[in-house]
Amino acid sequence: MPFSAQPPASGERYALSASLDNARHLSSLLRAVHFQDHATCLATASGLRVTVEDAKCIQANAFIQADIFQEFSVQEESVIFRISLSVLLDCLTIFGTSSLPGTSTALRMCYHGYGYPLMLFLEEGGVVTVCKINTQEPDELLDFDFCSTKVVNKIILQSEGLREAFAELDMTSEVLQITMSPDKPYFRLSTFGNAGSAHLDYPRDSDLVEAFHCNQTQTNRYKISLLKPSTKALALSCKVSIRTDAQGFLSLQYMIRNEDGQICFVEYYCCPDENITEAELEEKQLLSFQISSPLLSSPLPPLPLLRREEKRREEEEKR
Amino acid sequence: MRFRAKIVDLACLNHFSRIINTIAKLAKTCILRLTVCKLYFILSDKVANGGASMWCELNQGNFFDEFQMEGVAAEHNEIYLELVPENLSRALKTSQSAKAVKIKLTNKHCPCLRVAVELVIEANLSGEMNLKIETDLVSVTTHFKDLGNPPWASEDGCQSSTQGRDLESMAEACIDIKKLQQLLAGQQVNPTKALCNIVRKRIVHFILLHEEVSLQYFIPAIA
Repeated sequence: MPFSAQPPASGERYALSASLDNARHLSSLLRAVHFQDHATCLATASGLRVTVEDAKCIQANAFIQADIFQEFSVQEESVIFRISLSVLLDCLTIFGTSSLPGTSTALRMCYHGYGYPLMLFLEEGGVVTVCKINTQEPDELLDFDFCSTKVVNKIILQSEGLREAFAELDMTSEVLQITMSPDKPYFRLSTFGNAGSAHLDYPRDSDLVEAFHCNQTQTNRYKISLLKPSTKALALSCKVSIRTDAQGFLSLQYMIRNEDGQICFVEYYCCPDENITEAELEEKQLLSFQISSPLLSSPLPPLPLLRREEKRREEEEKR
Repeated sequence: MRFRAKIVDLACLNHFSRIINTIAKLAKTCILRLTVCKLYFILSDKVANGGASMWCELNQGNFFDEFQMEGVAAEHNEIYLELVPENLSRALKTSQSAKAVKIKLTNKHCPCLRVAVELVIEANLSGEMNLKIETDLVSVTTHFKDLGNPPWASEDGCQSSTQGRDLESMAEACIDIKKLQQLLAGQQVNPTKALCNIVRKRIVHFILLHEEVSLQYFIPAIA
């Protein structure tokens, strides 16, 4: 289908029409949530929200508010569609990802409505690229029902404190365990991998802790493979707020400053992993110790016996 | 012997690519056996080299939308070729978001499998050039303007006449994007000038000029 190289005039009635002088303001945020191929885009008068989900357990949202754009208009109350995030990112970065000083890609985005493709007009150095990306029926999105009144524990940290920790998470561990408490250890990240368990503590009076509001001791486990992609958002952000509710649902909110100093947010929501219990984690630790210790001259007794022994000894000590 | 096949479905292409990647990790070279219904990737190694063998069988109908094969003889309607699966894997990598991937057996200088991903390149005498690509998810066109149209000087010294030619009409050719990628990726030094000649539906000719070196690269159009 041929279409002209000129972007349509602003007078034309598009369901969604937006202009952005620097496409990186959009592409860098979208990269922070790019852990699945597809995303659901919701445009309202407040701006654009791009949602990515996985395994019905984790949801990431990138918010680009209307005032980031030079022009942003939504004709109906809201416009929603599903789109290939990989293709969208490839198009937004078609002129390359490295940022030469003084150069930027200008973007104009148009969407006619249901059933139409998303049109992108990108310009850099006099060269114009026109992209027509097919849109699909939006998915049903999870509602984590996370509001400030339901928050049990909340910590705000400077991102630099967490970046190294997240980048070096022991990925042989199935879970990332997060402990938040008004008492020691205050805030602890734990993993239980093949080489052993690792605990990283952040004291409440640390310089990196900007706010500390913990009412209850909570320990929750989250599938590490689901949380690992949040490292991208962490890398871009200057601050992160970590909140849990009574069910152990986790909310990570990242405050990101773009090249022009404007503030945008990315948030990740994650369900706690009910399947793995503390006992199973301990068993895994003991098992891996057995496997990696060929020097043991006699084999260890089977685990249930070991526990019974421990319990017996504990009871004896009590008496 | 003839073989032509086409994959249009992205999921099939991804699945096929993953299988080829697996085979590439298991064998440096292997035998590809083509029959009317199936593809076989076979490795039967000598005992001296460890002796590991591999046999991989695929139903062509599960992957290809078009599959045409004429074997070495009527009674033996099969084709055997020895190939390096790593090369096939790399070729398929560049076609991850293509509209269609065509694989063809050719014998120009020696028998080889050709994997084609289509890019349309067109230009006119008004200094405009467009690159277009289309897949089942997206169509992308890049428009270049204000490009130069240097005249050809012919052997007798006269410049070629552009009179009578429509300056706006585009000359286009559809080429394998992998060939263009190879040319661009291979650039170690930025040329002082880059020229492109297009013969409608036939060939695209690139001339890269450096101070002491000129490089010409011809890419034939895909049938």
